Amino acid sequence: MEVSVGEIYRISGPLVVAERLKARMYDLCKVGEENLMGEVVGLAGDKVLIQVYEDTSGVRPGEKVVNTGLPLSVDLGPGLIGNIYDGVQRPLPSLKEISGDFISRGIEAPGIDKKKKWEFQPLIKKGDEVKAGQIIGKVQETEVVEHRILVPPNVKGGKVKEVYSGSFTVDETIAVLEDGTELRMAHKWPVRIPRPYIEKLPPVVPLLTGQRILDTFFPIAKGGTAAIPGPFGSGKTVTQHQLAKWSDARIVVYIGCGERGNEMTEVLEEFPELIDPRTGKPLMLRTVLVANTSNMPVAARDASVYTGITIAEYFRDMGYDVALQADSTSRWAEAMRELSGRLEEMPGEEGYPAYLASRLAEFYERAGRVKTLSGEIGSVSVVGAVSPPGGDFSEPVTQNTLRIVKAFWGLDAKLAGRRHFPAINWLISYSLYTGTLGEWYEKNVAPEWNELRTWAMSVLQEEATLQEIVMLVGSDALPESQRVLLLVARIIRDFYLSQYAYHEIDSYCDIRKQYDMLKAIKTVNDWFYKALEAGKTYEEIEKVEGFDEFMRSKLEADYKTAMTKAMEKMKKSLGV
Amino acid sequence: MEEYKTITQVAGPLIFVEKTKPVAYGELVNVVLPDGSVRKGQVLDTSKNIVVVQMFEGTRGIDKSCSVRFTGDIVKLNCSKDLLGRILSGSGEPIDGGPAIIPEERIPIVGAAINPYARKYPREFIQTGISAIDGMNTLVRGQKLPIFSGSGLPHNDIALQIARQAKVRGQAEEFAVVFAAMGITYEEAYQFMKEFERTGALERAVVFLNLAKDPAIERIITPRMALTAAEYLAYTYDYHVLVILTDMTNYCEALREISAAREEVPGRRGYPGYMYTDLATIYERAGRIRGRKGTITQFPILTMPADDITHPIPDLTGYITEGQIVLSRELHAKGIYPPINVLPSLSRLMKEGIGAGMTRDDHKQWNDQMYAAYAEGVDLRGLVAIVGEEALSERDRLFLKFADEFERRFVNQGKYEDRDIETTLDLGWELLSMLPERELTKIERKYIEKYHPAYKKKTQGA
Repeated sequence: MEVSVGEIYRISGPLVVAERLKARMYDLCKVGEENLMGEVVGLAGDKVLIQVYEDTSGVRPGEKVVNTGLPLSVDLGPGLIGNIYDGVQRPLPSLKEISGDFISRGIEAPGIDKKKKWEFQPLIKKGDEVKAGQIIGKVQETEVVEHRILVPPNVKGGKVKEVYSGSFTVDETIAVLEDGTELRMAHKWPVRIPRPYIEKLPPVVPLLTGQRILDTFFPIAKGGTAAIPGPFGSGKTVTQHQLAKWSDARIVVYIGCGERGNEMTEVLEEFPELIDPRTGKPLMLRTVLVANTSNMPVAARDASVYTGITIAEYFRDMGYDVALQADSTSRWAEAMRELSGRLEEMPGEEGYPAYLASRLAEFYERAGRVKTLSGEIGSVSVVGAVSPPGGDFSEPVTQNTLRIVKAFWGLDAKLAGRRHFPAINWLISYSLYTGTLGEWYEKNVAPEWNELRTWAMSVLQEEATLQEIVMLVGSDALPESQRVLLLVARIIRDFYLSQYAYHEIDSYCDIRKQYDMLKAIKTVNDWFYKALEAGKTYEEIEKVEGFDEFMRSKLEADYKTAMTKAMEKMKKSLGV
Repeated sequence: MEEYKTITQVAGPLIFVEKTKPVAYGELVNVVLPDGSVRKGQVLDTSKNIVVVQMFEGTRGIDKSCSVRFTGDIVKLNCSKDLLGRILSGSGEPIDGGPAIIPEERIPIVGAAINPYARKYPREFIQTGISAIDGMNTLVRGQKLPIFSGSGLPHNDIALQIARQAKVRGQAEEFAVVFAAMGITYEEAYQFMKEFERTGALERAVVFLNLAKDPAIERIITPRMALTAAEYLAYTYDYHVLVILTDMTNYCEALREISAAREEVPGRRGYPGYMYTDLATIYERAGRIRGRKGTITQFPILTMPADDITHPIPDLTGYITEGQIVLSRELHAKGIYPPINVLPSLSRLMKEGIGAGMTRDDHKQWNDQMYAAYAEGVDLRGLVAIVGEEALSERDRLFLKFADEFERRFVNQGKYEDRDIETTLDLGWELLSMLPERELTKIERKYIEKYHPAYKKKTQGA
């Protein structure tokens, strides 16, 4: 479609109404003399409604609007990794170079460096047949990421006429097909359209996060979806950061959607320093950041979610496991509400637009473990933080999210208040993946894994029931065996579930270590009951020697020795 | 400047003007009343047919014959180093009888967003001399940490104590206070002004006063004026600026008033759906920037309607700010000052600002332990109410006692008592030593041996 020019009729915050403009839905427009970026979100009679991604102060009716005729797209190619983008994929370092410490308006910056040369190694030769989505070559983008160059999914493919190897920029031709199609290392993709794949596969491999409560009790599968709702201060962002740090994904895409500026700065300062336990290299070398902080324009907040997931899908298409963190989807929903309000649409629940549920569903549905067009297996796992007003989970964003996602990690202000972190409430959280992943754990961790897990969970459930009685009669009134159960539950909580995100050892817990710890707790539990049967009193069991060392052993680099030593002491002291 | 006499409608704080030349979004507007007085406003919605203007000083006395002048300019503040020591109205006009501010620069009050890539993570510990803050919820330079208060609680005293005592240890750098009052009473403002004068802080302060008697809509621009001044002092003159905004609840009420007048779809409790975004454009104007010396630390104060922390105002604020200091009516009633309830309070940035070299090596684990012990003690109070103290185990009774002592000795302190961080930490250790050592599960052995009073005495004895 050719470029069309119209003029501004009305401005109301981020909503601009244009007239005499030819436009389709979701066309990208340049608004006003300053060329502010915007997207068509509605057509009404001869008027075109545009949401603008930048501040509109000072813009007047009568100024021009140019419709580029293209949808909002992102640049995909080498140069994405380690970058930090705003909601419409402008690199923040470039913006800083152009406009200084504060973001001014109307700046254009390409999503990936167009000047940098990359060493391209072809994997095809002259005369080969290539098809859409096929991997035709590779570029070593960072020490840990081999960037696989794809035939764009919307290119038909054909016989290769020429293919080059050597040093190229992303816009230079690296191969030519018989029909004259030129292939480059980079291509554009519209953010609102999911990238195609051959088929979805069942989620049977866990995305290991190194977080005990998640990996053990509420796991997420590779290609799965999870939501973390919680009131402010309950640790949503810290949990998201932990996942971004320690997930065993090849690529991590982190979307800071309408959140705090300092949190993004923290990631930026911390990730280049942190070492990935699997590769031994800085985490930044596998991370892409999308940052649209709360004070940046609201319409770009809406776009940031799509920008992030499109980048994630692109790496999935190379056959990689990608973990995407969106913090927070509530801010995205609020952006929808705000824009919907400006459009004077009929509101649904709590002022949110009626299409809130379908937008959320569409977004989470872009997750999945798939067979890619090139025949590889790749996945996008999505974890969305939700910030319910007042911590009330019955509000629309939480409820509509829970209808879609398969794992729910409910954060609890009360746990956070007593500094039990991660403050994930084990009584309300769930994961529907435990069933499908059970086999994997049995095969790869230990045959008794599922049994141990179920046992530990049942102790915690039982504890909750007993606590109600304790609240009424005091713990002294309980029979000794139940008091031992409470003690074991306390070990599970303080030793196992509680995990210090900022402790150098405890921050990440390998699945083997998780098994060792869980197994140790079960052993200690059995000793307690044995001692009880042998005539020891509860008080004696509670004051068992080696207890403190046991509880602290997880913080030692050589946890195994420390744990074994403490357990020997306990065993001796209990006389079992 | 073109003048129009085409007001077609007046609704609450809004006027609707017809048949104008193209007017910019956000443009500053002067309306001349029949008696010659001039009122200021700002364009909220503009189109070829009709322009909507919000009037900062209300619409009383405005009729359809008033003439409307569009200035072609957006709202700006006259910035100068001479702002220091001055008292201005809520819309930035001097009200202290002094001369007009001669601007070195005129800066739009709608600040541009700081590029997150240009930010520097805050990690310089600010010692406020208040144990419940320094020890439990440490403040760092460049943080935005609100006080969630309730009507009748001494939030002003706390804010003043912080303004008086706050310092970064080992550094003598220029710092300034920007104080923005929104809809507070004359009495409250007077308390602040008197204290500023008494301590000589006024020379280093810029004061913006929009009192309860002043126009409500003016409050929309007051915090933005204040932050523009703060940014100018911080980024042009390298000041470390402490911004006190009080009371944000009044600001939000004004926001709701405008939204209602525009007949917008209301969000929770009638507040507009964009209140989160709007508050973020205020609170996010705090922080540090790489390569610049000055910093902005924000202390917004808000009163929670009916002490309800889930009310939209504290709720949205908490989602934007880097923690919160929550005041408790119960502690206040017990006669404890400052009545800070540490359990719902939080400082998100403290983890980087504490520890060896900043406060003390044991601080992190000490903090975890203090929290856990106090939380446990508070929980037990509920039990005591049902079964009586006798039914508790010996261990539980110790925790109960800990919680009481924690409030009475640790949280409680004088309004002019300036405790340094060592005093605060040692006081905490003293309380922790009431508990059996085996209960200190969150603290590593080496710190227990170093700081626990039982060991300290031994080492001193030997």
